[in-house]
Amino acid sequence: MIAYILRSLAQGVLVLLVVAFIAFSMFRFVGDPVANMVGQEASLQDRQELRERLGLERPFPMQFVIFIGNAVQGDFGISYRQARPVSDLMRERLPATLELAMLSALFATVAGVGLGVYAAIRRDGFLANTVMTVSLVGVSLPTFLIGIGLIYIFAVELRWLPSFGRGQTVAIGWWTTGLLTESGLKSLVLPVLTLGFFQLTLIMRLVRSEMLEVMRADFIRFARARGIPERTIEFRHALRNTLIPVVTIAGLQLGSIIAFAIVTETVFQWPGLGSLFVQAVQFADVPVMAAYLVFVATVFVIMNLLVDITYVVLDPRLRGGRTLAK
Amino acid sequence: MTDTVLSVRDLRVEFHTRRGVLKAIDGVSFDIAKGEVLGVVGESGAGKSVTGSAVIGLIDPPGRIAGGEILLSGQRIDNLPPEQMRKVRGKRIGMIFQDPLTSLNPLYRISEQLIETITTHTDLSPSQARTRAIELLAEVGIPAPDRRIDSYPHEFSGGMRQRVVIALALCAEPELIIADEPTTALDVSVQAQIITLLKRLGREHGTAIMLVTHDMGVIAETADRVAVMYAGRVAEIGPVHDVVRNPLHPYAEGLMGAIPTLAGEEARLVQIPGSMPRLTRIPPGCAFNPRCGYRFGRCTVDRPDPLPWRGHKVACHLYDPASGPHFLGEGRTLAAAEKHEEATA
Amino acid sequence: MPEETTDHARPVVDTAHGPRTGDVIATPAARLGVLARAWDSDIAFSFRRSPVTIVSAAVALVMILAAVLAPWITPQDPFDAASLNMMDGFTPPGEPNAFTGNVYMFGTDPQGRDMYSAVLHGARVSLVVGLASVAFSLTVGVTLGLVAGYLGGRTEAVIMRVADVQLSFPAILIALLVFGIARGVIPPAQQEQATLFVLIFAIGISNWAQYARTVRATTLVEKSKVYVDAARLIGLKPFVVMVKHVLPNVTGPVLVIATINLALAIIEEATLSFLGAGMPPTQPSLGTLIRSGQQFLFSGEWWILFFPALALVLLALSINLLGDWLRDALNPKLR
Repeated sequence: MIAYILRSLAQGVLVLLVVAFIAFSMFRFVGDPVANMVGQEASLQDRQELRERLGLERPFPMQFVIFIGNAVQGDFGISYRQARPVSDLMRERLPATLELAMLSALFATVAGVGLGVYAAIRRDGFLANTVMTVSLVGVSLPTFLIGIGLIYIFAVELRWLPSFGRGQTVAIGWWTTGLLTESGLKSLVLPVLTLGFFQLTLIMRLVRSEMLEVMRADFIRFARARGIPERTIEFRHALRNTLIPVVTIAGLQLGSIIAFAIVTETVFQWPGLGSLFVQAVQFADVPVMAAYLVFVATVFVIMNLLVDITYVVLDPRLRGGRTLAK
Repeated sequence: MTDTVLSVRDLRVEFHTRRGVLKAIDGVSFDIAKGEVLGVVGESGAGKSVTGSAVIGLIDPPGRIAGGEILLSGQRIDNLPPEQMRKVRGKRIGMIFQDPLTSLNPLYRISEQLIETITTHTDLSPSQARTRAIELLAEVGIPAPDRRIDSYPHEFSGGMRQRVVIALALCAEPELIIADEPTTALDVSVQAQIITLLKRLGREHGTAIMLVTHDMGVIAETADRVAVMYAGRVAEIGPVHDVVRNPLHPYAEGLMGAIPTLAGEEARLVQIPGSMPRLTRIPPGCAFNPRCGYRFGRCTVDRPDPLPWRGHKVACHLYDPASGPHFLGEGRTLAAAEKHEEATA
Repeated sequence: MPEETTDHARPVVDTAHGPRTGDVIATPAARLGVLARAWDSDIAFSFRRSPVTIVSAAVALVMILAAVLAPWITPQDPFDAASLNMMDGFTPPGEPNAFTGNVYMFGTDPQGRDMYSAVLHGARVSLVVGLASVAFSLTVGVTLGLVAGYLGGRTEAVIMRVADVQLSFPAILIALLVFGIARGVIPPAQQEQATLFVLIFAIGISNWAQYARTVRATTLVEKSKVYVDAARLIGLKPFVVMVKHVLPNVTGPVLVIATINLALAIIEEATLSFLGAGMPPTQPSLGTLIRSGQQFLFSGEWWILFFPALALVLLALSINLLGDWLRDALNPKLR
């Protein structure tokens, strides 16, 4: 079990290294980092200092090592466009994105699993079919259109909810939260629905198809032959077996919800990392792009690890070593 | 018969598919008495397993029971409402499936699965159910059951798992056990143990057993009577040793001829020409007629009914006095019929 | 065997055993040749049985035709500034303009551009990007899948590992990155003409992994078959022989992936353009039109946003439904 988790950790580090290398190559080869970072009026000496700090005088492999060293300490250089350290920019915007992403993930998981189970159990029911059709339409709806549609209904026509921004936030140390004020909470509703909707449909369809698959398994048939009530079969036997593959895929999907936030944040002018990244892309602000990429990869690796651990908790077959020895 | 446990009368099961109606079971009748083991044999698709599923009320859609009756100790069960039928399953009828690897839920300890079944069908408390579960495991021959009960299915070998499955089927002391290919997925050495166990349990508890298998060896060893199925119909039914040694139906004869024996080494293994018809296109008359060496005019037109003959029931016109010159009177054998066919051809 | 028994036996069957639909469907088709057999095939059957699929196919077909024929069936070239009349600006759909009295079915934008023409031209751009990027990722994915499956070893490990990592990031992120890098690499003067190709490349490169996975799996199966060794023995190039066997086997799955991918690529392009990392306003796709229409949502000129959005949803949804149906039809077990 320990070996299993260690292996998963090692793979995560490998992924991070690959992504870091890509980020580094972007940083190094797209445009001239020094010319971009310092203004026109910078002195030769300033330039030389920066070159040294970034390690651009060293051999190439050494430069990569320095890049990683800096990255581990959160130093990604200076934004070309805003002329401020990337780490400062990221830290200001991190809370907005994390709050949005976590609430969306929660919404998508709870509603997705619930609806998926329902759609599987009431396989040919009217409501289940409706849910499935709506989900298919949902998959084909671009996220930004869902956001615009929600804004039109709830902000323009009904005037119930704000259409942009985070509302009032409260600072706790360097963290800012919108969860403690009414306007902050109201501002979260539409972005959370928008961001969560796609993941919701995905998780729902996944849960449904996995559950239908499990319901065909021999042990379900045997449970029926033992006279176990259908409810018990569905919720005790089928659901737990369904959740194992679902955890993997849903977990990874939720890991990428941070990256999906790019679109939602742009629609709602949400002051998070995603909108920072979009601006960086438009202006080829490479240090910000590189830092964002490494950040997303880190989240992905952490989610991956969590998924693997959950897997072990859910499936006794993976805990084999311990129980067999007993 | 007063102690008839299971009585199946003219059972018909159909699957409605795009390509037409598939008659998986077409007019099957048989009885199983208390403590009796009825073997059901036939090729794949002959309808053996579907018969078992029909009895326990677990035919998957698009299949459905299209006619006939199923009586359990005199009570009709094929038309019970789902909730009442569920209470029959596991309590009055136990079932054992082919593959013990996939019959148990891998995520729950066997104690959880046993206790769940026991408390579903009895008034025992969970702790009483646990005691009962340990007794059951001991009865099916699991060593150190009080320790092994908290293991997960993957911690048992295939044979041990099938014992657990049998214990699960026995939880509520059912009147009838349906064993669907219970030994097919097991090693040969383990097969004999499981068969012995089934036989012993049936004898000790007076449980009727319907043993579905394609393995004539298993049937010969275990069953009291045997029903030979072909294309969803019963071709022949009779005492097992009689049917094995002296099959009456031409298909049963072919089936027995295909069993290798140690004694008769000079007799070559017989192969039945052709293959079973697709169930959407069962030929009219006798389903076996296109492959039958003894076929005559009537066989392609009239469907033979099972008629009693020397303690068997045989669905073959050769044993019907109405077949005139083709009728195999007392003392005449299939071999004689073959000569007769050659002579008249 | 059925031939010799059916003729005289038919009446018996019908009365004693009920109807046998299987015969009724199968027999005429067998006599009528290829077309009829295609009509009787499982795919055509499931197509006829699914009204949703028929409607989707019709919608997709009409939209694709309209987009292709846009220059000939629209009243104006929406991006030729000379043909626009500012007086026509903000005309609501179906109503005569207050100054000129001109009626526009879908209304006009602030510059007096006919939205109907703009939508058809925009759909044309979206489709070009979508189709080209699907062709690109299909080629890259199938090739890499074949190579990975055939060569095995380290090559396979590297290719599949990259595919795994890439699949775990949203395509939109990868496309945005590629777009951003292109922004940094391509000189500003050429950026506008290059955008179309950058988009095709960015979207294409973000979607190859799924093809590679499918093709690799099939290749592994085929590689272990005897004919590959046989080809080697008689001096044929085993890779060429294998490709000839693998390709027919993957046509189905690849077609399904490509169809669903086309819908995704169209959405991806629209999203990129909406984010400002796509087609410029001088050569707008549906996404660009939505981006510029968004600002009029609050002031009540809903049609400037609505019609491009509707076109985008219909196009993506109908193609998606077709892909969904195709997957089920080719693999009934999945249902």
